[in-house]
Amino acid sequence: MTLLPQLIFAGILVIFGVFIFKRVNFIRSNIALGQSNNITGDRAKRWKNVLLIAFGQKKMFKKPIPALLHLLIYVGFILINIEVLEIILDGLLGAHRMFAPFFGTYYGALISFFELLALGVMFSCVIFLIRRNVIRLSRFKKPEMSGWPALDGNLILIIEIVLMIAILSMNAADQILQSRGVDHYPVTGFFLVSSWMMPFFDGYDSAFLTIMERSAWWFHIVGIFGFALYVTYSKHLHIFLAFPNTYYAKLIPKGQMDHMPAITSEVKMMLGIPIEEGAVTAPDGMKFGARDVTDLNQKNLMDAYSCTECGRCTAECPANITGKKLSPRKIMMDTRDRLESLGNSLKKGGNAEDGKFLLGDYVTKEEINACTSCNACVEACPILINPLDIILQMRRYVVMEESAAPASWNSMFQNIETNFAPWKFSVQDRFNWAEELKNK
Amino acid sequence: MSEIKIPTVAELATNGMVPEILFWVGCAGSYDERYKNVTRAFVKILNKVGVNFAVLGPEETCTGDPARRAGNDFLFQMQALSNIQVLNGYGIRTIITACPHCFNTLKNEYPALGGSYEVIHHSTYLQQLIDMGKVVQKGGETFKGRKITFHDSCYLGRANNIYEAPRNVLEALDAELVEMKRCKTKGFCCGAGGGQLFKDAEKGDKEVNIERIEEALATKADTIAVACPFCMTMMSDGVKNKNQEGQVLVKDLAELIAESEGLL
Repeated sequence: MTLLPQLIFAGILVIFGVFIFKRVNFIRSNIALGQSNNITGDRAKRWKNVLLIAFGQKKMFKKPIPALLHLLIYVGFILINIEVLEIILDGLLGAHRMFAPFFGTYYGALISFFELLALGVMFSCVIFLIRRNVIRLSRFKKPEMSGWPALDGNLILIIEIVLMIAILSMNAADQILQSRGVDHYPVTGFFLVSSWMMPFFDGYDSAFLTIMERSAWWFHIVGIFGFALYVTYSKHLHIFLAFPNTYYAKLIPKGQMDHMPAITSEVKMMLGIPIEEGAVTAPDGMKFGARDVTDLNQKNLMDAYSCTECGRCTAECPANITGKKLSPRKIMMDTRDRLESLGNSLKKGGNAEDGKFLLGDYVTKEEINACTSCNACVEACPILINPLDIILQMRRYVVMEESAAPASWNSMFQNIETNFAPWKFSVQDRFNWAEELKNK
Repeated sequence: MSEIKIPTVAELATNGMVPEILFWVGCAGSYDERYKNVTRAFVKILNKVGVNFAVLGPEETCTGDPARRAGNDFLFQMQALSNIQVLNGYGIRTIITACPHCFNTLKNEYPALGGSYEVIHHSTYLQQLIDMGKVVQKGGETFKGRKITFHDSCYLGRANNIYEAPRNVLEALDAELVEMKRCKTKGFCCGAGGGQLFKDAEKGDKEVNIERIEEALATKADTIAVACPFCMTMMSDGVKNKNQEGQVLVKDLAELIAESEGLL
């Protein structure tokens, strides 16, 4: 047999490998544009999060129906990859079903199991398409989902269905060729699902079926390579990033905001409190809060690439539910889109200042001002993305750099400065409640 | 009730004493006409159980929470560092507060600035008192036949994972506790957090508190229990907006316990 198919296969594998590698590197360098998080320690707790929340999908099960459907795709994805490994090795070595001799009589059962998983994947993808396009669940129909994001979501589901059809067709044709004793098609036993499809192929001669089997084989594996590359450009990256993202998630209570140690020395000086030696001071020209993605931290940026736009956050957001412009999902999508655009301009030799900013060009003040910091979005995210953290950092920029808070917040600040309470009450009256109680 | 004692930390300090517990009243607890009643109820409970407590009185100032949430970290740190100086100066170890925003800030955000205390929310403390048999031991009749729903405060619930203590307190009251559709981890905000109480809402179709009060009223509860001054304001406004004043009460946990003890 000629080496040509093997060489073509290896060539395709290398080409896709290079493109995927370049794209992964681009994403990695984009995330590195963020401020360092310095995450150390608590490794046991972090691994527990990875195991329970990413691997075990614990938070998905707050909504049992989509969780079960999603689980079918997830299990299918992980386990069918064992078969993909066989296919890649077959392609490189010019073999056919090279795992069959190792598994012997169990090979048929193994492939049957994968076929059942493939059926599960197709079932879930169809239901998911119906949920998106027929039932039109409201979380998929928000303004930020129009255009590319909606198409992206549908494309992923359709590609997965088509890939599963390819693998089942390949197996059906293979089984007929096996039963006819055609060369290069060793008998491997009965495949549970694709055997139902055999009647569709039975009428063709063996030469045609061989072409069909080979076409389905090539279509499936090149399709998988193409899909893997597509994933790096789409919202589907969560299949990989969910794992590091849950590892690096904050372990502190959700109510605790990140400290700003850089300004503490200055505040202490203003209050006349002695500053310890070696205390951090704000470097000249330091920017407070976040105006652009480069001011956010690396976990925020990983969050943005991890987001699969499911909209559970937005569906729980009290501001969004009551018709305000804020959508936590849009915050994540904007952060990713801004980071992609900045990364692209840097790649073309531009500098980090391209005249655009996350705050202003992507996210408006109206959006961040609508947030009640209730943490519903943070609680809702199945993979520990934190939109609130980004919102609060942008608020810091608006107040501390632009002094552009809403007028009533400025009055509140003034009240705290002069009366030590957010309302305009006199300091002398603070303890009046006690007199009122004693005199009752 | 002239025997009510409200010692200040400063008074105790002149006698060389430090209170076991500092009751952090908070700005709403000090100034808000409606919410001052919660402060009074809680002080009466503290008096009844005879715990060694004191308040900062005129020395207390805003924790800085609203400033920090609105983005003004300079102002937050000014407040926090001044408060920490006072608290550390008096040697305060344990703080109890009824305000989840003060609770969250004191407990989670002061340690980074040098203020580490045991901080307890009053819902947890009330539960401890009930467990120790110090309050609500009569199986009182006050709440028999009444229906109460509990509105989770975001800064108690999601922010600090306190969901059960307030419910345990209410269950001790012998009333029927009914849950709203969105409760505990899925609890729906009252609309006041993150600095919203101090400004008009952004443009939208509805006020957040109206959305929430509709859910609360749908339970047919006669009392909406809250454990946060901001929630108290928002829920009370919601009840007014729906013309349910008189029919539906909005009460803090401390008020309900004080009522069952006959302290009000």
